[in-house]
Amino acid sequence: MVLVTIAIMALTLKHLFAVIMLSGAFSLVSAMLFVVMDAVDVAFTEAAVGAGVSTVLMLATMALTVRVQKETKRPIIFPLAVVCLVGVLLIYGTLDMPNFGTFDSPAQLHLGSTYLSITYKDMGIPNVVTGILASYRGYDTLGETVVVLTAGLGVILLLSGLKGRKDKE
Amino acid sequence: MKHHLILKVITKFMVGVIVLFGLYVQFHGDYSPGGGFQAGVIIAAAFILYGIVMGLENVQKVMPIWFAQKSAAVGVLLYALTGVFSIFFGFEFLNYYAISPEHPKHGQHYGIILVELGVGITVTFVMIAIYYSFAGRTPRLDDKEW
Repeated sequence: MVLVTIAIMALTLKHLFAVIMLSGAFSLVSAMLFVVMDAVDVAFTEAAVGAGVSTVLMLATMALTVRVQKETKRPIIFPLAVVCLVGVLLIYGTLDMPNFGTFDSPAQLHLGSTYLSITYKDMGIPNVVTGILASYRGYDTLGETVVVLTAGLGVILLLSGLKGRKDKE
Repeated sequence: MKHHLILKVITKFMVGVIVLFGLYVQFHGDYSPGGGFQAGVIIAAAFILYGIVMGLENVQKVMPIWFAQKSAAVGVLLYALTGVFSIFFGFEFLNYYAISPEHPKHGQHYGIILVELGVGITVTFVMIAIYYSFAGRTPRLDDKEW
């Protein structure tokens, strides 16, 4: 409910500073939602990246560009219809999903229970998530780390490269 | 942000706490929720907070640009070398049993700590480097201009 309110406020406001602050608040509220659903590590990430770092980066971008959103001339009925249709389809899709925390959902029955039973035997650490991430799925995590590094390199090259060129001219 | 005395005092106090919490999340990752990525963003958030409140020049005295950019690669290197290490001892890539074959569980433990440390280092410094490259282009603004 709070999330919907924040989202509608962010849509209606034209002042970008307020919109960025609202998106930060949105992330913080969804972090609380993750805590309620027992996904504390996802909540950490959401609070630090979504509410913290990305808000700062968007503010920095806004300081480089404009403060106020441009008025749109085009009618909004068609985009609105598309968004509503996709929303209805997504909600329709969730009807087939098992309820949150159901004992006999596919996620609990197959691989999940296997990992839960073998992780402690294999490596003697209680946090199964870390065990899967760092050991069973070590390749994937290495790939993810490389992706993070590549993304950072891309940003550094794009932004600081331009600055260096401007200095030379 | 010249005149925000309260913000500055609170920030000086909070940065230490945030970094400490980040280190806890990093090295306690195999017992409690969290791990390298979470710890990385928390520590980076501490530096970014310091940079916002104290100014970019002051945070770059603590963490120079070249250091942030070069250290980002060190994390990936640490991760990959942990994997290569086990190849040299006749195990598969990233098989942590190689680290101490007599105590397989200890091997897994050390391996996971090393790998998470690599992830944490990369994420921390990539986040800080991205912040630097954004903030370095932003002209200094007065409070009124926002």
